[in-house]
Amino acid sequence: MADLPSPTPSLLRAIFAIVWKDLRAEFRSFELVSAMLVFSLLVILIFNFTLELDIKTRQSVTAGVLWSTFAFAGTLGLNRSMAIEKDRGSFDGLLLAPVDRSAIYFGKFLSNLAFMSLVEIIVLPIYSFLYNTNLFQPGLLLVILLGSIGYTAVGTLLAAMSVQTRTRDVLLPILLFPVAFSVLLAAVKASGGFLNNSELTEILLPINLLIVYDIIFIAVSFMVFDTVVEE
Amino acid sequence: MIIVKKLVKRFGLKTVLRGVDFEVQPGEFVALLGPNGAGKTTFLRILASLSRPSLGEVHIAGYKLPQQAAQVRARLGVVSHLPLLYGDLSAEENLRFYARLYGFTNYQSRITEILEMVGLETRRRDLVRTFSRGMQQRLAIGRAIFHDPDVMLFDEPYTGLDQDASSMLDNVLEVVAAQGRTVVMTSHDLSHAEKLATRFDILSRGVIAASATQRQLKKTNLLTFYRQALLA
Repeated sequence: MADLPSPTPSLLRAIFAIVWKDLRAEFRSFELVSAMLVFSLLVILIFNFTLELDIKTRQSVTAGVLWSTFAFAGTLGLNRSMAIEKDRGSFDGLLLAPVDRSAIYFGKFLSNLAFMSLVEIIVLPIYSFLYNTNLFQPGLLLVILLGSIGYTAVGTLLAAMSVQTRTRDVLLPILLFPVAFSVLLAAVKASGGFLNNSELTEILLPINLLIVYDIIFIAVSFMVFDTVVEE
Repeated sequence: MIIVKKLVKRFGLKTVLRGVDFEVQPGEFVALLGPNGAGKTTFLRILASLSRPSLGEVHIAGYKLPQQAAQVRARLGVVSHLPLLYGDLSAEENLRFYARLYGFTNYQSRITEILEMVGLETRRRDLVRTFSRGMQQRLAIGRAIFHDPDVMLFDEPYTGLDQDASSMLDNVLEVVAAQGRTVVMTSHDLSHAEKLATRFDILSRGVIAASATQRQLKKTNLLTFYRQALLA
């Protein structure tokens, strides 16, 4: 047997191992991102053609439509990301690693955030074109990032919980939407503020709320993940 | 190496394990036999720290579960009927991922060694989803022994394997056991257990109904012993 160096399990190394594995596998199969992307495009096309709004009204609903699209597509991705682990038993492989199980949470959270961000990067220019709105404002991009962090943080935890049930596809949105409602509401308010050129003081409140929600959701998920994944 | 005292596991109102007492000495190969639904997988999942006991004590390599689960996991290798591998990664990438997860930094020579041991060196760059069930199971064993664990847990490792793949798995398991590891294997297939194990425990209705070493079984065969234990 080759001289096996003694391992030094580290939280950071385990987190990056999980992110590396998820990105590598996804960029080979495009199973998750392609499903999220197609779904997002269909949603914005359906909204675009069914609402038949004038330019002014269209601008006022942009933030709501945008976040509805991200939320639905995000749920699809979160569900699939955990189901891939569960179906082949590899989730047990992660749980068997001699590291704190919060490494699994943070690894999956960062991967899910990367997938959601990738879809958003592709969807935003198409959305801008269809809705004739400039979405490439630094403030708005910051709101999209903060909203995605909060949504993915709580979504990763709830996906880990719902994937262990038979009704996982139905259960995740039922659990996630009520919990993530506060994040989505703050994100829509802040995004709408930037799109309607509101005063910065009006936008600051929802942005601060988003930051607080992000911190709370990440902290709570970190604390309860171990309990959620253990039988 | 493994000490289990009065282990009880309940899922809601259903009690699956009803006070299991179980002890394994270092280097022993114990086959845990029993019919479907006897609680074998539940028992092994508790040993693997994947499930929490409702009552009772579990000690592995001197560490107590679930309080010292991370220390226990560092000494455990687990193989189940599912491969615990990623189909969209190659054999080498799967092992590399587990090496990083376990905290290894210098692992390339170990990957080569493991792939040679399980006979997959020539397929190291192929995606795991292109592998047969038998090849996946051999790689799963390679993954489980990568960190050189003292204790190996096998949960129905022969499920879904054809004759050739089963005999290849026998060979790999013999090598694993010959390296002095403590092994617990659940199975409802007596023939493979008879070939490999040094002790046979029968789990029935949530308790260990009977136990015998290979030497004790020389006077009777395993099938008779198994049937008698289930009828008792």
